[in-house]
Amino acid sequence: MVAALRCVIVRDLRLAARRSSDVMTVVLFFVIVVSLFPLGIGAEPKLLRTVAPGVLWVAALLASMLALGRMFAADHADGTLEQMMLGATPLGLVVAARVFAHWLVSGLPLVLISPVLALQFDLSQELLGVVVLSLALGTPVLSLIGAIGAALTLGLRGAGTLLSLLVLPLYVPVLIIGAGAAEAAASGLGGHAQLLLLGAMLIFAGAFAPWAAAVALRISVE
Amino acid sequence: MSINWFKYSSPQTFFPLAGRLALGFGALAVLACAAGLYLGFFVAPTDAQQGESYRIIFIHVPAAWMSMFLYVVMAFWAGLGLAFNTRLSGMMASAIAPTGALFTFIALWTGSLWGKPAWGTWWVWDARLTSELILLFLYFGFMALQAAIDDPRRADKAGALLALVGVVNVPIIYFSVKWWNTLHQGASVSLTKAPTMAATMLAGMLVMSFAFWFYSIAAVLLRARCIMLERERSSDWAAQYARGAA
Amino acid sequence: MEKALEAVDLRCTRGERTLFEGLSFALKGGELLRIGGPNGSGKTSLLRIACGLLEPDRGEIRWGGENVRMLKEEFWARLLYIGHANALKDDLTAVENLGVACALAGIVADDRQIGAALGRLGLAGRENLPARVLSQGQRRRVALARLALGADSPLWVLDEPFTALDAAAIDCVQDLIAGHVTRGGRVMYTTHYEASIGAAISRRIDLAGS
Repeated sequence: MVAALRCVIVRDLRLAARRSSDVMTVVLFFVIVVSLFPLGIGAEPKLLRTVAPGVLWVAALLASMLALGRMFAADHADGTLEQMMLGATPLGLVVAARVFAHWLVSGLPLVLISPVLALQFDLSQELLGVVVLSLALGTPVLSLIGAIGAALTLGLRGAGTLLSLLVLPLYVPVLIIGAGAAEAAASGLGGHAQLLLLGAMLIFAGAFAPWAAAVALRISVE
Repeated sequence: MSINWFKYSSPQTFFPLAGRLALGFGALAVLACAAGLYLGFFVAPTDAQQGESYRIIFIHVPAAWMSMFLYVVMAFWAGLGLAFNTRLSGMMASAIAPTGALFTFIALWTGSLWGKPAWGTWWVWDARLTSELILLFLYFGFMALQAAIDDPRRADKAGALLALVGVVNVPIIYFSVKWWNTLHQGASVSLTKAPTMAATMLAGMLVMSFAFWFYSIAAVLLRARCIMLERERSSDWAAQYARGAA
Repeated sequence: MEKALEAVDLRCTRGERTLFEGLSFALKGGELLRIGGPNGSGKTSLLRIACGLLEPDRGEIRWGGENVRMLKEEFWARLLYIGHANALKDDLTAVENLGVACALAGIVADDRQIGAALGRLGLAGRENLPARVLSQGQRRRVALARLALGADSPLWVLDEPFTALDAAAIDCVQDLIAGHVTRGGRVMYTTHYEASIGAAISRRIDLAGS
């Protein structure tokens, strides 16, 4: 069973490597959206420093949501999803492996590039650390919750926008806590509480979301 | 006397019962609404700080309570449908959503109307209003998902899963928004704390809550009847009903 | 392991149409079952119901007496399903694709065995090409190569296995199916091609269509 899961992750990574444009578009989207904010609200340094964590978080959230469409749609179209559903490994575990690979390809790059973008907003060192850590904990949660939405909207007309409508309300707590971590750190309280909460959300989502997404996949394929 | 509840678990038998119940609850709703509005607009005393404009809470608060209550009820029916694979449960959940969305919208709109004379702005990022806004998105998401799926069985099950995920998230959303609000607003403008509750004010709100509840039952049952007719249109009883009504 | 696949009083509707109802059959070891019928008569739906992918409107599918939707992985580990779609990734090579398919199905096969299976289906020399450059027939053969490794799966469910294949490949697949049935396996399939598969017990169920 572990071999099967490892095989699935390796497969997804291979596919991402051979179609690297998919990965690059998500990262580029993140960069562009973050750069749009100063253009929209003015480049006053103090203002930018205040809004930086929120801007980074919203942009990461949107970029993450963009990437969700890729999670199951391609496999559904070419029949691989059916094979996954008829396999010897429980579908929940397969979904968990897929979400992990999806995060490695669409979430982790955002986390890695966020320090560079934070510099654009002149964010201080410790705050930068908190923001990156909050994104590192939060983006997997976004991928996990997003997987449920992607599974529910499989094969539907207008799936992309519908997916956003379904998933954004569920993203709100993650956004509030995630962006709040840096704000708390900035006001001297330290972001530990929020980071711990994010960790708890990650564990909770990691335990339940793959199973819920598996149920949703079976509903969608019927 | 033991009632055979399962007798009513098929659309065919539930349809006439729903019609009678809807009529009864509709009448009750009109009465309760009249009583509640009378209490709210004429009997309850004028508030010392806000004058007469506070009276909108007699609609705002019951509507907000209903919006959250209906979401939980919807999730309950959805869960039943998913667990026992019954058609009627899914139809009930689908019937509840628009009424729930309506009350959420009323809560938001009356909240906004209240905010203007009380605090000078049309919108306040109060914890409860913001949570209501997100609840409205959850309702819309449910309705949009069901509308996008052609197959009724898949629509029921997919909506059910979404409703269940939503109901788990509603407390999380509420607490995170509340926390966010205290961080950003400080001495917050809490819309429901404003007037100290005189007994008549509380009575008025409770009566209006019942009025909205009865209305919801009536509206949901009528909508459920429409859904039943639409889904079961190829069956005999529906065809008979259509002929009878024609 | 003498478990039988039983269908009990199946009913399937698609939208307003009832495709079939009251359908029952049993598929025991060493038997070959062909589902026939015109286009749109529900053959693919029946196969998907048999696999447990689709829930019938009435009735159930049983494996060894238990409902397959309850058994889940216990049943699916015994099942080899090849549907209409090839389940191939364009960007992966034939070897990689087959490797993934085997891993998901719980079939243990090393690179040598995978290469041999592909060779059996006439793809020797093309194993390391990305699936994108293979022809339709070659892609179908990569998908069907799982049959050469699927001896341990008692139940094979194949939806139109012979589509897009040339004569040599058709013979090969027919041999694989016949071999499996002779060894005691059960095979359920649909096809428009008048196959001649040598099997001891060969039945046919035709869905009427409307």
